[in-house]
Amino acid sequence: MTVKARETCELAIVGGGPAGLAAATLAAELGVEAVLFDEQPTPGGQVYRNVEATCRRQDDLPAFLGADYRGGLALVERFRASAAAYEPMSAIWQVTAGGKLGVSQRGEAYLTQARRVILATGAMERPFPIPGWTLPGVMGAGAVQTLMKASGLVPDRPTVIAGSGPLIYLVAYQLMQAGAPLQAIVDTSAQPLIRSAFAALPHLSGAAGELFKGLTWIAALKAKRIPMLAGRNLVAEGTSRVEAVSFEADGRRQRLATSLLLLHEGVIPNIQITTSLRCRHEWDPAQMAWRPATDEWGATSLDPIAIAGDGAAIRGAKAAVPLGRLAALDAACRLGHIAEGERDERAAPERAALARQHNFRSFLDRLYRPIESVRPLDDATIACRCEEVTAGDLRELIDDGFTDLNQLKSFSRCGMGQCQGRMCSNTVGRVLAERLGTGMAEVGHYRLRLPVKPLPIEQLALLKNADRNSKPILPVVAGDPSQRI
Amino acid sequence: MIKTDVIVIGGGIHGCCTALHLARRGLRPIVLEKNTVGRHASGVNAGGVRQLMRHTAEIPLSMAAMTAWENLDDLLGPELAQNCEFIGGVGQIGLAESADEMAWCHTRVAEMRALGYDFEEVIDVAELKRLVPSVADICRGAIISRRDGHANPFRTTQSFRLRAEELGARIFERTRVTGLEQSDAGWTVTTNNGVFQAETIVNCGGAWAWQLAEMVGEHLPKSHFASTLMVTTRMPRFIDPVVIGIDRTLSFKQTEAGTVVIGGGILGDPQLDAETADTVADRMVESAETVYEFFPILRKATIVRSWAGLEALMPDVIPVIGPSRVAPGLWHAFGFSGHGFQLGPIVGSVLADLILDGKSPIPITAFSPERFTPEGTLRSASH
Ligand SMILES: Cc1cc2nc3c(=O)[nH]c(=O)nc-3n(C[C@H](O)[C@H](O)[C@H](O)COP(=O)(O)OP(=O)(O)OC[C@H]3O[C@@H](n4cnc5c(N)ncnc54)[C@H](O)[C@@H]3O)c2cc1C
Ligand SMILES: Cc1cc2nc3c(=O)[nH]c(=O)nc-3n(C[C@H](O)[C@H](O)[C@H](O)COP(=O)(O)OP(=O)(O)OC[C@H]3O[C@@H](n4cnc5c(N)ncnc54)[C@H](O)[C@@H]3O)c2cc1C
Repeated sequence: MTVKARETCELAIVGGGPAGLAAATLAAELGVEAVLFDEQPTPGGQVYRNVEATCRRQDDLPAFLGADYRGGLALVERFRASAAAYEPMSAIWQVTAGGKLGVSQRGEAYLTQARRVILATGAMERPFPIPGWTLPGVMGAGAVQTLMKASGLVPDRPTVIAGSGPLIYLVAYQLMQAGAPLQAIVDTSAQPLIRSAFAALPHLSGAAGELFKGLTWIAALKAKRIPMLAGRNLVAEGTSRVEAVSFEADGRRQRLATSLLLLHEGVIPNIQITTSLRCRHEWDPAQMAWRPATDEWGATSLDPIAIAGDGAAIRGAKAAVPLGRLAALDAACRLGHIAEGERDERAAPERAALARQHNFRSFLDRLYRPIESVRPLDDATIACRCEEVTAGDLRELIDDGFTDLNQLKSFSRCGMGQCQGRMCSNTVGRVLAERLGTGMAEVGHYRLRLPVKPLPIEQLALLKNADRNSKPILPVVAGDPSQRI
Repeated sequence: MIKTDVIVIGGGIHGCCTALHLARRGLRPIVLEKNTVGRHASGVNAGGVRQLMRHTAEIPLSMAAMTAWENLDDLLGPELAQNCEFIGGVGQIGLAESADEMAWCHTRVAEMRALGYDFEEVIDVAELKRLVPSVADICRGAIISRRDGHANPFRTTQSFRLRAEELGARIFERTRVTGLEQSDAGWTVTTNNGVFQAETIVNCGGAWAWQLAEMVGEHLPKSHFASTLMVTTRMPRFIDPVVIGIDRTLSFKQTEAGTVVIGGGILGDPQLDAETADTVADRMVESAETVYEFFPILRKATIVRSWAGLEALMPDVIPVIGPSRVAPGLWHAFGFSGHGFQLGPIVGSVLADLILDGKSPIPITAFSPERFTPEGTLRSASH
């Protein structure tokens, strides 16, 4: 079957999580010809992954997913009912400053010209390089959750979850509900959750419900007597695979034998596309992450490109919906479907919803500032796992005078492997900033260029809608093959 | 204010190599680089060390460079020489698909023989298949230069830099030249990072070299372009030589790391002021198509990245090497038009000879800035 290559779309939305779904639905309702591209087979994004299939089977709905997950169904249903076009299994491998998207769909690639683009590409787990983090049996907690949602796979080996952020308690709770043999939680955050939560409760009017949910997970875990420990300086131990996790608690080192170690230090915006676009980015010290600079509508420094949801800054699934709707309102206005007055009027309730979420989020930021990733990496710890470059290798190069992130990359190949630096940009930046005694904002992040998703040569060779005449005029016309550039 | 004898502007391979040779001959050169060493063309090129199918005017220079590549130990010492990852003797091969291309190969080799050069040969399909078993059965033969090969461009440029420093050269990175003034005391070079003085200046400014010339009122071609490359994930080794197209858009090699670097005249969008270049998917298609046709083994390989580098392009596709037409004590070496990496180890030695001896043993008149009018356009063919 050959895919239908769209030549143009009025508004392209990349990503089918809550932000993208909300944006596409509202834009379509306002008369915009909206097309949502998402690399997953079904709508939902990270948080509501596979929600239609899972929630249609009412009777065997896995208990671990809970009511919150089911809440995503309404969002997906409204999207399905709208006039927005949906292109699943479509990886976007390029977005240009002029709004040209590269789509790879079922083994074929094409280009499509959008008048405006909303990037709703969400977040990724913060890479968490502790000693031994590349051993088999060490995984991201979010990655395991993804497997549970996508294919119902539940770990059957003794499991420890370690790190910080709300997701560790959620995933622990979900694992427990799903019957996984959960051994313990090791919380690396500065303050134990419960004490600070109660201290902050009075300030959390609107979002108290969210917090309450966090507390119910913890209560349920307590009831099942899952040990919840505070620990620092984690080490994944083992030779050919993980055998134990050790950490510091109460001034001494403790060790827990385990065969599956799930690490998590929060999530950070996925900035692949915005860095390839050379949008302006800012280092966010509270979230310890780079994020693209946006205005109150999610518009970036580039005219046709906006961002909605966790891709702009981590604000959670609940905030993603109003953020998606704000970006859609602005798009509808810029594309001439609604006037500014209407845009602003419709925006008011969305902003109110956001403000409620915001209190809660800044509380979590403070609470879960990732302690582990502030610690300097020891020399033997791998910074870039694709090319196996250690922190020590990098320090040696820095001491030799290679003081630029991209120089380190060219020299050591860190960031040049399969993931193209998605995983190690911040880690390498951190090693560099520490060594030079400066900040992340000064050292920057990797440069990135298309394709932002790997693209097979055959797809590029057979690329549809490419402009074959797109050549800048060269002042040289060399008919002779030896007078070549 | 820092004073020295020679200031080299530009920390690309030619700037570093010039500093290396000057230091070797006892001077105390300073290199001023606005970004970091190897940040532009020299650090990001395809690493092709190619004598094959070069412009005939460049051949003596290119042959001397080849000898220098084969003796990098002498220039750099064994450790830094190894660091360049130079692989010689695997050959570069121009694939002939059409009868026209095959005929061109024969004519070219005959012309080269007449000029006294015998490093290029025509090979038949059997020999091509022996050297490149993975090539599709669509070629009639090829043209080869067997001594050719490739090196790691970033590491090579850094090795030249480190060797230059060992010999006493000083390198100032993040130091942008904003003004050049000449007086009885010599040259005064203004930068964002202090003022420098020297008797002699060498302009190795790559795509921006014309701007440095303008600072002394000299007009040279401003033309430049953004050459684009794309690279695959690591693959099991399947090819040793570098292959290029004759009339077709093709050029690729497998690096030491196992990745395949594909180029062949793909053009990006140059942005001289932003000091970068965007790659353009539309223009990468033709190159992917050729790879697809000629090397079925690569059809399923995945491209993980593309990039582009800025390079000065002269209207006659050969560089400018020689003294300024308006300012004594200023020397130019730029405009390598997409193939200056191979000349990396030699141009600096030519400049050192010119500066210290007033002449070079290698013929370089074809590269003289005199071939341009005062306005900076190429004089008519009679030159
Ligand atoms: C691993 C992980 C697990 C999480 N689990 C939870 C949870 O259980 N509960 C919770 O409240 N929050 C969770 N979060 C946080 C959560 O992701 C967000 O708060 C919320 O999903 C953000 O919504 P979004 O619409 O911005 O992005 P997302 O929901 O992440 O949606 C982004 C979508 O874009 C797609 N995409 C990205 N790049 C491309 C591309 N180049 N081409 C095509 N498609 C692309 C992705 O496949 C995804 O479908 C999790 C985050 C991560 C990283
Ligand atoms: C993608 C690509 C592939 C290529 N492939 C090959 C190949 O396979 N084989 C081959 O032989 N050649 C190849 N080339 C060509 C080769 O890379 C160049 O000819 C060569 O590197 C030029 O070296 P350079 O030192 O003149 O220029 P550059 O490396 O560009 O160095 C010039 C330097 O001058 C600095 N500068 C400029 N203005 C100022 C100022 N005002 N103040 C301070 N510093 C300044 C710049 O920042 C720059 O670093 C390729 C080029 C590209 C872009």
